[in-house]
Amino acid sequence: MKKVKDEDLERIIGQLLRYGVLLSSLVVLAGGVVYLIRHGRQLPQYGTFYGEPDKMKQLGPMWKAILRGEGRPLIELGLLILIATPIARILFSIVGYLLEKDYLYVMITGVVLVVILWNI
Amino acid sequence: MTVLVFSALLFVGALAAGLLGSLTGLGGGVILIPLLTLLFKVDIHYAIGASLVSVIATSSGAAAAYVREGISNIRLGMFLEVATTLGAVGGAFLATYLSTSVIAIVFGIVLIVSAVLSFLKQSDNLVTGAGSPLTRVLKLNGSYPGPQGQQAYTVKNVVGGFLMMNVAGVLSGLLGIGSGALKVLAMDNIMRTPFKVSTTTSNFMIGVTAAASAGIYLRRGYIDPGLSMPVMLGVLTGAFAGSRIMTKARVSSLKLVFALVILLLAVEMIFNGIHHNI
Repeated sequence: MKKVKDEDLERIIGQLLRYGVLLSSLVVLAGGVVYLIRHGRQLPQYGTFYGEPDKMKQLGPMWKAILRGEGRPLIELGLLILIATPIARILFSIVGYLLEKDYLYVMITGVVLVVILWNI
Repeated sequence: MTVLVFSALLFVGALAAGLLGSLTGLGGGVILIPLLTLLFKVDIHYAIGASLVSVIATSSGAAAAYVREGISNIRLGMFLEVATTLGAVGGAFLATYLSTSVIAIVFGIVLIVSAVLSFLKQSDNLVTGAGSPLTRVLKLNGSYPGPQGQQAYTVKNVVGGFLMMNVAGVLSGLLGIGSGALKVLAMDNIMRTPFKVSTTTSNFMIGVTAAASAGIYLRRGYIDPGLSMPVMLGVLTGAFAGSRIMTKARVSSLKLVFALVILLLAVEMIFNGIHHNI
């Protein structure tokens, strides 16, 4: 197998970030269209903080609501893809450093991943 | 005002924020939160959530280009992300305990510091040599495409930079901003990396730092889809347009105007925070 170099890793990371942002924007846009068609004539209420229901926070209820044709959970799914993009970037880097046999950086990147996943 | 009108206005406001943030290099997040809270009367928690996702979108979009050009120092970024993510998690927890007035006051102060920092003289560092044993073990010293081909550089003061990044992470998690100004300060002034490397590597780290606190915000219900949708799409469109029409000549006066706007917003945020109007 060809030796993996930093430049290969940089190219893949660049592509990953680009497509992650693109995909999430499209999903957010689609959800936004549905949301505005369904709720566009209501009044917005953001003056007081209430928090979000489970269908905006957990994948199971979110997916069911999307299948019912709701727009807001679809937007939230797009936002989840966006948040997942840098996390996927870290996963790719760990694999890349493993292939490069740079175990110090496998560890450093692993710590970052654990810190993030610990809190989700 | 209906949801449709509200969303359209938010989109336009976010577009302007993204455009100005990208043209002046000050970032869109710094102006988004005052815009949402002061003008649109949105609760600051929702505003922070929407700003945070926009920050992830713009920084990832921009980082994609820089990384491929080989300017960002990926290893340096990855190493410092340990500091920023730990800080961001702490900051996000802090945000749930502090009152909205205190957050508004801290935000105002950070705004002023960021605006002032952006006008400090940017010396283009170039430190060369073998570097300290720590930088060699961590392989932090790198090279970047300079005017005369590939230019090697050495990183200084790793521990100091790491601690400053920790502070930047806390503020990012607490306020939902990228804290790009502080990250550049840590790399440029403390670690003495070349300016181009500092800015692009800082940008590279912003997405991961924001993702660390976004998990906490998501679970606590701070990220509202109806609000985040026009804000994220607007900022992203504005930032993308800004990167296309980047013209050097007019930017300095634009930057001055933008910094003055930021200062005014900062004072307004602090004033409202003191009087518990936010």
